[in-house]
Amino acid sequence: MKNPKKTSGVFSGKKIGNFIVDNAIIFVLMLLLIVIIIAEPSFISFRNLKNILSQASTRLIFALGVGGIIIAKGTDLSLGRQVGLAAVISASLLQAPGYAYRMYPDLAELPIIAPVILVMLITAFFSAINGFVIARLKVDPFVATLGMMIIVYGVTSIYFDRPPYGAQPIGGLSDKFANFAQGAINIGSFAIPYLIIYATLITALIYVLWNKTKFGKNMYAIGGNIEAATVSGVNVFKYLMMVYILAGLLYGLGGSLEAARIGSATNNTGNGYELDAISACIVGGLSFNGGIGSVGGIIFGTLIFQVIAYGLSFIGINPYLQYIIKGLIIIIAVAIDSYKYRMK
Amino acid sequence: MSTVNDMDLLEMQQISKSFPGVKALDQVSLHIRRGSVHALVGENGAGKSTLMKCLFGIYSRDEGNILLEGKKVEFNSAKQALDHGVSMVHQELNQVQQTRIMDNIWLGRFPRKGLFIDEDKMYQDTLDIFKTLDIDLDPRTTVADLSVSESQMVEIAKAVSYDSRIIVMDEPTSSLTENEVNHLFRIIRSLRDRGAGIIYISHKMEEILTIADEVTVMRDGQWIATKKAEEITIEEIIKLMVGRDLTNRFPKKTHSPGGEILQVLNFTTEEERSVQEVSFTLRKAEILGVAGLVGSQRTELVEAIFGLSRLASGQLIMNGEEIENSHPQKAIENGFALVTEERRTTGIFNVATIRFNSTIANMDKYVTRYRLLNDRARTSDTDWAIESLRIKTPTQKTRIESLSGGNQQKVILGRWLLTEPEILLMDEPTRGIDVGAKYEIYQLMLDLANEGKAIIMVSSEMPELLGITDRILVMSNGKLAGIVDTATTTQEEILTLAAKFI
Repeated sequence: MKNPKKTSGVFSGKKIGNFIVDNAIIFVLMLLLIVIIIAEPSFISFRNLKNILSQASTRLIFALGVGGIIIAKGTDLSLGRQVGLAAVISASLLQAPGYAYRMYPDLAELPIIAPVILVMLITAFFSAINGFVIARLKVDPFVATLGMMIIVYGVTSIYFDRPPYGAQPIGGLSDKFANFAQGAINIGSFAIPYLIIYATLITALIYVLWNKTKFGKNMYAIGGNIEAATVSGVNVFKYLMMVYILAGLLYGLGGSLEAARIGSATNNTGNGYELDAISACIVGGLSFNGGIGSVGGIIFGTLIFQVIAYGLSFIGINPYLQYIIKGLIIIIAVAIDSYKYRMK
Repeated sequence: MSTVNDMDLLEMQQISKSFPGVKALDQVSLHIRRGSVHALVGENGAGKSTLMKCLFGIYSRDEGNILLEGKKVEFNSAKQALDHGVSMVHQELNQVQQTRIMDNIWLGRFPRKGLFIDEDKMYQDTLDIFKTLDIDLDPRTTVADLSVSESQMVEIAKAVSYDSRIIVMDEPTSSLTENEVNHLFRIIRSLRDRGAGIIYISHKMEEILTIADEVTVMRDGQWIATKKAEEITIEEIIKLMVGRDLTNRFPKKTHSPGGEILQVLNFTTEEERSVQEVSFTLRKAEILGVAGLVGSQRTELVEAIFGLSRLASGQLIMNGEEIENSHPQKAIENGFALVTEERRTTGIFNVATIRFNSTIANMDKYVTRYRLLNDRARTSDTDWAIESLRIKTPTQKTRIESLSGGNQQKVILGRWLLTEPEILLMDEPTRGIDVGAKYEIYQLMLDLANEGKAIIMVSSEMPELLGITDRILVMSNGKLAGIVDTATTTQEEILTLAAKFI
């Protein structure tokens, strides 16, 4: 166990074994994918690919948000509820002028950007509180964000469930807003959904932030060894705050996209998204021990979940059974991760 | 196998253990007689702890046998050893702080009455053991409220409760006062008189000759000698331990200290009973050693200088101007660097690459236009560190966890050299690394001194302090006990100073 591994040398049995262990989850998932394809060869189609990518887009944005937090050795259970808050507020401000059940009947039609930025600031604010409680008050991230999850649900529900219409889904979104998420760019006969474009841009931005900036290096340093980071002159408080605020901004943006994508929002929008996002991160190779993980891994984790979920529905697997399969994937992924960790 | 001597309680025969690049143990044998105190001595890195870890099955040995009362034994864990009556009182005590003394002693085998724990029996049994050992503690006291010496006694009582025939004590007196040491010795003698074998690991020669019946000396992973305590002198033990001319272990000094660079005035940390009223000066191109016993607050002193702990009072004057190292970032800006004592916990980023580890303290230097990092500069700086410190690594992208301790330490040194510090604070810079790597680190320190850098080196290794420093500052119980000139001082003088305020 104390022996450093030799990285040179020819392929040995051990090396191949390591390769299999290192990539075991990929093998498992590929196997599952092959099963789906064999069961229904028509699964491989451009249309399905586009659907999967569109559906994965907002999920990827959320996973990238919480992914940074996980790399910094935290976690965020309030993700889903913050998404819900962003969805409800942005939807309420972007209902079509002619819609009968407007939350603000006299509100002029706003440019989309204004409500989106507003909700991003709101979720950034709640995430900043998470960061403060965790970095300054030293509350365990699980507990801090568990509390925040409940608080934000309360806030969302108070905002959502009030006269004149009470707990009615906020629908009737303006066409522009719906188009913001549902639209596509047509290049010849090729239609690329906006969602995919947003996700691509954000992924590129996050990749640069994580890999090419001081912020990114410090985020990895804090997660890898918080004490060593302090000694190395990293302002742990400042950078942890930044990690949480960045996540909040992504939740806000993704939340308004969710509202526009679905076409309505309720106080239950986003419920459970944190678990999907965290699962995607873990399957993508992030570790709760902190300090490791990559944008590529998170993309992989998010896509694979989407492919499996979509594929299993496509071949008509009982949705309840799908929950069981999803749960197993998470546990197996983490078990393999922990096994790898012990081998090191 | 071998002839079983009736008196032999424990035999470790020809134990060998290798780590990549280092033969940590080479055919080491150790015989512990019933009813004896057996001192195990050797410099740090001589293999004492490795030998003990092989005994307890924490490391698996490559060769050799272990016989307990003539029977071959094989322990896979400390718990298994404990069940066979082989126990260890650690330097760092592993106790469940929040629970009571008696819960700690009977943990994992609580006496039961039906479904429930028999509190009365647990209390009475603990009290009985305490009585035989002359320990005056209430078994219901919470462990967190005990002093170091009391916790240690609880550990010993625990060993006794397991009916231990072999008790290993690793530096048991390192943070005890003289009275406490005397009490410990009374306990050790009573254990011995009841037939136990005590393996006593210590650096303190006087103590060894007071308490031990036999002395085994190790050096560089090898067994050197086993002698009766009454037939050997301190000088002889040291000679066996060192085994060669002291000067060979250290590069030649060519630097000569210049003008004053740093004044530390009245440093007192906010935390009580830590650093108190410490003042000293540091010169350019000087290596200042910091000596002291465990608990003398040496680490706390350098951490306070580096801004890792809050000060109640104190001033830093660098090149004639007052500066404030309120936190490590400030200290780095002011030209300080700190190589910490615990490489694993406060030094390396285990899962990150060599490049990450060597450049993390220097990020500001790489920020370019648009706030992006200049990866080319990071790569070339890392190459510089690998080359100039002769770090043995396949690539820059290798994870630091796969390097040896010595190479990891060099990466950390590289990290700090890249920040171009004026003053290097080094806390036990050669701990846990092999002799060859140590020499290279000494050479590097001397090179830095030649360049005019000032170095403060905290060390527990006397030869190292005497071998490469210019002056030695001795801490005792948080206070400055004195500063001695390395050229004219002796080990005895330093040890006397170290005990000054205890």
